[in-house]
Amino acid sequence: MVTIFIDNKPHQVKPDQNLLQACLSLGFDLPYFCWHPALHAVGACRQCAVKQYKDDKDAKGRIIMSCMTPVSEGLRISVDDPEARAFRKGIVEQLMLNHPHDCPVCDEGGECHLQDMTVMTGHNYRRSRFRKRTHQNQDLGPFLNHEMNRCIQCYRCVRFYRGVAGGRDLNVFGAHDHVYFGRHADGPLESEFSGNLIEICPTGVFTDKTLKEHYTRKWDLQTAPSICVHCGVGCNTIAGERYGSLRRIMNRYNRDINGYFLCDRGRFGYEFVNSHKRIRTPLVKSPSPPAGEGRGEGGKPADRETVLTHIADILSKAKGVIAIGSPRASLESNFALRTLAGENSFFSGIGNEEQSLVSLIIDIQKNSPASSPSLREIQAADAVLILGEDLPNTAPLMALAVRQASRNKQFEIAAAMKLPLWDDNAVRNAGQSAKSPVYIISPAETRLDDVAAKTAHVPIQDIVRLASAISQKLDPNIPPLSSGERTEVRGQDVDALAKEIATVLMNAKHPLIVSGTGCQSTGVVQTAANIARALQLKGKAVQLAFAVHECNTLGAALLGGRTLDEAFTVMQDGLADTVIILENDLYRRADEASVEQFLGRAKNIIVLDHIMHRTADQADVVLPAATFAESSGTLINYETRPQRYNEVFVPRGDIQAGWKWINAIMMATQHPAPGGFATLDDIIRKMSRELPLFAELADLVPPAGFRIAGQKVPRQSHRYSGRTSMIADRTVHEPKPAYDADSPLAFSMEGSEQQPPAPLISRYWSPGWNSVQALNRFQQEVGGDLRKESTGTRLIKMIGGQSEYFRIDLSEDPAESPQYFIFGSEELSNLSPALGKRRPMDDQQDPRMTM
Amino acid sequence: MERPLTKNIRPNEDPLSLMEYEQAGGYRAVRTMLSTMSPQDVQVQVKASNLRGRGGAGFPTGMKWSFVPMGENAPKQKYFIVNADEMEPGAFKDRYLLEGDPHQLIEGIVVAAYAIQASHAYIFLRQGYGRAELLLNKAIAEAYENKLLGENILGSGFSLDLRIHTSAGRYICGEETALINALEGKRATPRAKPPFPQVSGLWGRPTVVNNVETVVNLPHIVNNGADWFKSIGGINDSGTKIYGVSGRVRNPGLWELPMGTMVSDLIEEQAGGMMDGYRLRAFMPGGASTDFLTPDHMNVRMDFDSVMKAGSRMGTGTITVLDDRTCPVGFVHSLEKFFRRESCGWCTPCREGLPWIERTLQAIETGKGEMSDLDLLTEQCRLLGPGNTFCALAPGAVEPLQSALKYFLEDFESHINNKHCPWKSI
Repeated sequence: MVTIFIDNKPHQVKPDQNLLQACLSLGFDLPYFCWHPALHAVGACRQCAVKQYKDDKDAKGRIIMSCMTPVSEGLRISVDDPEARAFRKGIVEQLMLNHPHDCPVCDEGGECHLQDMTVMTGHNYRRSRFRKRTHQNQDLGPFLNHEMNRCIQCYRCVRFYRGVAGGRDLNVFGAHDHVYFGRHADGPLESEFSGNLIEICPTGVFTDKTLKEHYTRKWDLQTAPSICVHCGVGCNTIAGERYGSLRRIMNRYNRDINGYFLCDRGRFGYEFVNSHKRIRTPLVKSPSPPAGEGRGEGGKPADRETVLTHIADILSKAKGVIAIGSPRASLESNFALRTLAGENSFFSGIGNEEQSLVSLIIDIQKNSPASSPSLREIQAADAVLILGEDLPNTAPLMALAVRQASRNKQFEIAAAMKLPLWDDNAVRNAGQSAKSPVYIISPAETRLDDVAAKTAHVPIQDIVRLASAISQKLDPNIPPLSSGERTEVRGQDVDALAKEIATVLMNAKHPLIVSGTGCQSTGVVQTAANIARALQLKGKAVQLAFAVHECNTLGAALLGGRTLDEAFTVMQDGLADTVIILENDLYRRADEASVEQFLGRAKNIIVLDHIMHRTADQADVVLPAATFAESSGTLINYETRPQRYNEVFVPRGDIQAGWKWINAIMMATQHPAPGGFATLDDIIRKMSRELPLFAELADLVPPAGFRIAGQKVPRQSHRYSGRTSMIADRTVHEPKPAYDADSPLAFSMEGSEQQPPAPLISRYWSPGWNSVQALNRFQQEVGGDLRKESTGTRLIKMIGGQSEYFRIDLSEDPAESPQYFIFGSEELSNLSPALGKRRPMDDQQDPRMTM
Repeated sequence: MERPLTKNIRPNEDPLSLMEYEQAGGYRAVRTMLSTMSPQDVQVQVKASNLRGRGGAGFPTGMKWSFVPMGENAPKQKYFIVNADEMEPGAFKDRYLLEGDPHQLIEGIVVAAYAIQASHAYIFLRQGYGRAELLLNKAIAEAYENKLLGENILGSGFSLDLRIHTSAGRYICGEETALINALEGKRATPRAKPPFPQVSGLWGRPTVVNNVETVVNLPHIVNNGADWFKSIGGINDSGTKIYGVSGRVRNPGLWELPMGTMVSDLIEEQAGGMMDGYRLRAFMPGGASTDFLTPDHMNVRMDFDSVMKAGSRMGTGTITVLDDRTCPVGFVHSLEKFFRRESCGWCTPCREGLPWIERTLQAIETGKGEMSDLDLLTEQCRLLGPGNTFCALAPGAVEPLQSALKYFLEDFESHINNKHCPWKSI
C-alpha cells in the first residue's frame, strides 16, 4: 500500500493502479469516459483531470489526467481544485457541443453515463451558437440501434469490440471532428459479444433494439438478480420487467464468471418469456380426442383445482409413474420431481450418450487433481489446449475468457519492460501480436482460431489420437490407444504437434485444458483428463474445464437420475404407464422413433413447461411452469457452482415454478413423502438434508427471512412510476404488492436502499450514478470484488483421490460431430425474434444435433 | 562562414550522385566511424556536440539516444526513423535537404543507426514530396550497390536496411508516436509517453525518431568533432541552422546560418526586408504552431532558448511574416482551419476545441462575432494548453491564436464592433 494525499488528506491505496481507479475506489466523484475497468486507460477523453502538486509547498500545481498517472508514495493531488473543476467542466462542454439534446427521447436517458458526468461537472448551459455535426446511422442488425449523432468519441466501443472481443467488423473511420464508429457498410454486427456495446457505450449510440420493441426506462423496470439460462456457463444477469413482460437482460457483475460482459444469446434470448408459445393456463385434453387430432391438441384450459384433482386421479389409478427431469429446469424443480416420483422412478431427462459423458465429467471433477476453473481463472492461463469444443458457439463467455488469456503474453512482455499494466495502449504496443499459446484441436473452424498458435481441424477420432499422443509425450506411462494410432492426421504430423503442445504445456505456469460435451465423445473427455493428470503428476498447477451446454446440465446429473433411454426401457417393459415430464422436449433428446414409441406407450402424459413443443403437444395434461423470470431457483454451472436466480415478476394466472406445481400435486395426492415445500427455503433445506452434496446450498443466498435494517430488498427503484395507474384499465385501486416468500426481495419500491449482499443486487444505482457504471460504487475497489461479496462455491471440491489414467477406446467415439450455433442451437433463446434473425440457414440444423 | 549542410546543394540542379558525393568528402564519416569508433563513441561525440533536435522541440539528440537500451541484454531489434513528414505550414527546410543532398541524409542515417545499433531504418516521407522520394530511392539504390547500406556495411559487420515509407499525408504523422503508429499500419494517433519510443517504439522495440535536419548534421559531427560543431554555432547553441523566411518579403528563401542568428539579420538582410508597400506587423518564428513575435523582437537571436525567452518557440526556424495588409484574424483563422482539419480526433480538447475555435474565428472574420467570443477564445486556448491534451498538436495550434489575442486585440474588437473585416472593405 502507498499513501497518497487527496486535497491534503492522506489515503492508503494499492500500488500498481492508476490514480483514477484509486480515486473512484475511494469514493470520489471523478468523471471519466474513455476509461473502463475492463478496458483500462488510454487517456483519450481528458475528462478525469485533477491537479497534481510537486510537494506540500507547491501551491500552483498542474493539471494531469488521473487515468494516465500511476499512484506513487507521497503523490499529492487535488480533485476539488477550482482549476481542475473548471477544466473538467470545459471538457464536458466540448463533448456536448455536438451531442444532441434528445435525452427525453433517447433510450439511454436516465441511465446515461454522459448525463451523469455532465451533471457531475456542473455544465448546464450551451454557449456554442454553431450547428451540430450529424452522421448517418447504420442498420447493425436485430440487436443494436445505432445513433452516431450522440457519439462523444470515447473510443470504448472499438476498443471493446476489437481489442477484447476480437471482432473485426466495427471500426473507427475518419479523423478530426468527423470520426465515425460503425461498420464499413450496414449489416448485422458479426461478433457474438456485440450486445456489450450497450453497456460499454457511455451514451446512447448503441442501445438495445429488443428493448426498443417494448421500451421502458431503467427506473420503471422491476428487476431482480438472475442467472442466464442459455448455456452452462452461468453468467449473472439482471432481468427487468414491466407490465408483465420481460423487457431486457443486462449484465450483473460477477468477478469470477462473466465480469462485465454477456454474450448476445444470453442478452437477447430472453424474449421466449414473452413468446406466444407460452403455456399460460393448465390444459387438459378430453379423454378421447377426435380422430386425427394429436393427443394434447384440443387440450382445454382448466382451472387449477380441476387440473390438480384430475392429476391426483390419474396418479392414483396409474400402474407405475415415472418422472423425467430436465437439464434446463432448476435444481429445486428436478429435486421436487424426484421426491414426487421416488428416487428409482426419477430420470434425469438427459440422453444416454450425453448423460454418460456428463457423469464422466462429474467423476473427473471429483477425482482429478486439476481444479475446475472459473472464467476468471481461465483468463489467467498462460497456455491453453482446447480439445473438441467450439467454445464461441457452446460456451461463449468461456471463449471470451480464453481470448483474454491469450493476451497474457502481452502483459508479461509489458511487465518485463516495467510498463504499467493498466496502460492499455502501452501494453498492446509493447506486446504487439505476441500471444500466450492457445492450441485448438476441433472438428471444424471456430471463431477463436484467430488467437490460436495452431489449430487442427480433424474428425473426432483424430482429436482423440492427437490428444492421446500429447498425453503420452507428457507421461509415457499413459496407456496407448487400444487401436488405431496413426502418425499423421489430415496432414498434421501427430508426433511433432504432440511434442510441441506437450512442451508448451510443460513450460507454462498455469496450463489449462478445455474440453466438453461438444463432440459427444468419451475419448475426447478422457484424453483431456489424462493430459491434465499427467501435467499434475509433473507438478504443474493445471486446470481442466469442461463446457456443458445447458444451464443446469450438471444439476440434473448430480441428482443422480437414470438416463432417458432407461426411462424408455421401463415404459417398454410395461413397468409404468404414466409419465411426468418436467420442462423437457424429449424430441430434442432422443431419436424421433424412440420418443414416439415412448409417448405412444404412455397412458398418461403430464407435462410441465413454459412453452408448447412437440412433447407438450402429446400431453394429456399440461401445466404452465414459470420461466427463470417468474420463479426462483438454483442452477449449477459447468464448474459445479450453484447460483440462484430470482423471480423478477409475479406471473399472471396459474403460471408458477415447476417445483411449486409439483408440491401442489403432492398435496393433492396426499403424497407420503414427509413434509411439503411451500417455499424455496423449505425445498432447499429438504434437499441439503437428503443429499449431502447439496449441504451448503442453504448458505448460498441469504434466506427469505433476511432483512436489512428490518426491510426487504426492493425490486423496484425509488423512482418507479405508475404504481397507481398501470392497472387502471382494470382497477383504480392500487393492489397490495405481492409477497415473495422465496427470497428477501420485495415486489415493491419500498425497502432498504443499502447495498445488499452480492446475490441480491437487483440494480446498479448510486446517487449521481444512474448508468450501469454505478457498479463502481458496489465494488470494494473498481474492477474488484463486490462489497458484501459472497464467496461463490463449487459443489464438487476435489476429493484428491488418485485417479488412474483412462484407457481410451477409439471405437466408442462417434464418427461425426454435431455442429453448434450460438444463435439457433439452444431451445429457448431460439424463440426470441431478434435471435431468430441471426440464425444460420435452417437446413443446416438437425434438432437432434443441437443439444 | 561554414555551411556544412548545404555546401553540396546546387539549387535547381540534380543532387550529387554517390560518386560526386564521395568526391566531395562524403561517406568519410561512415568509413571512419565503422573502422575506428564504437557506437558508444558516436553517442558520446553527439552528446558532446550539444546537437539539438531540429524538428521543432530542440531536444538534445545525444540525450534522446541515450535512453535506447544498449549492450548484451538490449533487444536485438531496434529501429531508427527519419521524420521527413514536413508538414508544418511555413516550413520547407527538410525538403531542401532531402532533394538537395540525399546521400548526406543516408550517411547521417547510417551514423545514427550505428550509434543506437539499429538494424532497420525508415524514412517517413511526406506524401507530397514526390521528387524527394524519387531522388532518395535513387541514392538508396546507389548506397546499397556500394555496400554503404545492407548486409555487413563496408565489411564492418554492421548491417542496416533502409526503406522509405511515403505517408498518406496527415500533419499528425509528424508527431513521432503517431508516425510510429502510422508506420505500423494503425491509425495515426499519438501514443502516450511514457513509454518513450526509445524503450517501446516501432513494433514495440526501441526506436529513435529524428528530424531530417538533425540527421544531416551527424556526418559532420563525426568528421569534425564536437568542438568544431560548437564553434560553428552561436552563443547559446551549437551548429548551423537552416532558417527560412516566407511571406511578403523581397527575397523569401532558406539560408544555412549559425545557430542564434538574429531575427533582424534574417528578415532584413537575408530576406531583403519587406516588399514595397508592406510593413511588418508580426512574425511566427518557426512555423504555424509558434506564437507571434512583433517588430519589437527583431533583436532576438534565433536559437531555442532565446526565442523561448521572447515568448515563442523557435520551432522549425522558418519564419512566416505577417504584414500590415493582411488581416490578422483571417490569418489566424486560416491557420486554425488547418489545425482543425489535421487533428487526429483522439482527445477531446483538440477534436472538439479546435473546431469551436475555428468557427468562432470564422464568425468574427465574417462580421458575426460577439464580444464574449474573445473570452471564449482565451478560455479555449487555455484548455488546449500544454499537458491538457494528448499530444502537442493542440497546444501548438493555439499558440498563434493566444499571441494574436495579445498583440492584435484591437483588430478582433474592430471586427466585432464594426461587424466586418476591415481588410475586406478596402
